[in-house]
Amino acid sequence: MRTSQATTVRIIASALFLLALLVAVPLLIEATGRTDLYYTLTSVALLSIISAGVWITFYIGRINIGQGAYALMGGYVSAILVTSYGMSFWLTLPLAGLFCAAASVLIGLPILRLRGVYFAMVTLVLTEVARLLALALPVTNGASGIVSIPLPSGISFFGVTLVPDFATLANPRLAFYIVAVLLMALCFLSLYRLAHSRTGQLCQSLQQNEELASSIGVNIAYLRVIAYALSSFFGGVGGAMFAAIAQSIYPSSFTVADSVNFMLNCFLGGLGYVLGPMLGTFVLYFGWDLLFQTGEFQLLIFSTVLIVLMLALPNGLLSLAIPRKRSV
Amino acid sequence: MPDLLEVVGLTKRFGGLVAVNNVSFTVRDREILSVIGPNGAGKSTLFKLISSFLRPTSGEVRFKGERISGLAPHVAARRGVVRTFQETTIFKNMTVLDNVVTAHHLRSRASLAGFYFGSAAARSDLEAFGASADEILAFLGLAAMRDEIASNLPHGHLRALGIAIALATDPAVILLDEPFAGMNYDETRRALQIVRKLRERGITVLLVEHDMSAVMNISDRIVVLNFGQMIAEGTPAQIRQNPKVIEAYLGVEDESIGL
Ligand SMILES: Nc1ncnc2c1ncn2[C@@H]1O[C@H](COP(=O)(O)OP(=O)(O)O)[C@@H](O)[C@H]1O
Ligand SMILES: [Mg+2]
Repeated sequence: MRTSQATTVRIIASALFLLALLVAVPLLIEATGRTDLYYTLTSVALLSIISAGVWITFYIGRINIGQGAYALMGGYVSAILVTSYGMSFWLTLPLAGLFCAAASVLIGLPILRLRGVYFAMVTLVLTEVARLLALALPVTNGASGIVSIPLPSGISFFGVTLVPDFATLANPRLAFYIVAVLLMALCFLSLYRLAHSRTGQLCQSLQQNEELASSIGVNIAYLRVIAYALSSFFGGVGGAMFAAIAQSIYPSSFTVADSVNFMLNCFLGGLGYVLGPMLGTFVLYFGWDLLFQTGEFQLLIFSTVLIVLMLALPNGLLSLAIPRKRSV
Repeated sequence: MPDLLEVVGLTKRFGGLVAVNNVSFTVRDREILSVIGPNGAGKSTLFKLISSFLRPTSGEVRFKGERISGLAPHVAARRGVVRTFQETTIFKNMTVLDNVVTAHHLRSRASLAGFYFGSAAARSDLEAFGASADEILAFLGLAAMRDEIASNLPHGHLRALGIAIALATDPAVILLDEPFAGMNYDETRRALQIVRKLRERGITVLLVEHDMSAVMNISDRIVVLNFGQMIAEGTPAQIRQNPKVIEAYLGVEDESIGL
């Protein structure tokens, strides 16, 4: 009974939070005239989706510093499908995710055998490889990238407009913000479900002892690849959204530094908590911005604060709010 | 009685070292068979070969007539041959109950996606796993600790949890690598009792153990390894009197055979 009550509380809290993001935040922004915040908050929402992917690889016990590669890949896939094949952006969004998932299966099969720092190092190189590929391949148009990507077209169903054409909107920023928040909600809902299902328990068994997991009959190679594909799916969807908002994508749109940040977001928020990547992204993004006034000291202060935070709160910021260290 | 497990000419080389050298023996259904030998004799390597954790250099292991060596650990486990670990290997951040519930993987009827979306099969699986886990914990005397985080358990109970995890897979053959290591007299006696009860559940037990009095007490048959080679095989009474065994043991340490 206790648990079902807690679940009800969680559902209500989540619904209120979503409502606040979808209604209260836009109202506040309009009232204060700070429309630049739409872009900022949209970015945070999308970055938290990409970071959520990294969280999944942590969940199977792998440190993933290569998520930028999939964000870049997703961005290009969507951009190319929209510009060269005239496909609707809304169709390219899941396709970008699926393409990244498929690519990550091929990449993951060999590299997921590695553990610890070895896996981390290989993924670190992955982002750089993705950048070099984007520079070299004909289809990605080299250093000039893909520009002037049209805004997402509308979706209508039997004449009923479900999603308006973004090009006709007075405020496409608000529209992107709404889409990003809805995608973020969907992403974290699926993460929550993972963490609270037996599927997640099996992922945890990998994190805690792969040998033991295989001794009880878990096909660890298969489960690892599935988790990594899901992780890369989120990376690809996030990247595709960024390309659509910026209406452009370049080889340098996602770099090694971004990959490192996606990982830090998870660490900072807390690896043991589903909402960890969301909070971590928010704090890291605004923390960095707030320190802008400190000029040349920005990076120094930022890094120091991060190190201190991680030393003081090894289980992440959320361990302050939810101190009992039960898995998720 | 039919032979359940056949080890045929099994050899494992690590570079120049032959850890297991052309070993052949059979294990009967519901037998308790112990593998003994001095440190470094190749006992653990033999167990890893049987449970498919290592690929043999040559030779093979057959279970019910089918080859199970050189496949993958999860495949051998699916066929019913499951090992426990020499070290205390558990899912240390899960509760005791969750350790055992997780280990029911092979009994799943629902798929990964089914568990994710909570299908009807998944719900009935979860219910069955919970009940079976409770039964296993009671069987091994762990019921009182079911909600403890596993890493907080005392040493003796950790071993029992290792066995509970293996039991959850519903094995036909269980391989126990030094389950009594570090146990005092009372704990060993209780553990021996557990091994006997495993057989009563219909499980065939392969045991690696240094505690000679325990081995002599519980085994139906004993296989003796020395430098990777099988130097003797027989009942405890036969092994006690085997001159090769006495020589091998006296060469290493006195009294360890418990004569
Ligand atoms: N993975 C390995 N690589 C190289 N040598 C190994 C490996 N595993 C075991 N050995 C060697 O094989 C021999 C047998 O080891 P092991 O089977 O652990 O012996 P036991 O369990 O009987 O003490 C030892 O000499 C050991 O050093
Ligand atoms: Mg050993």
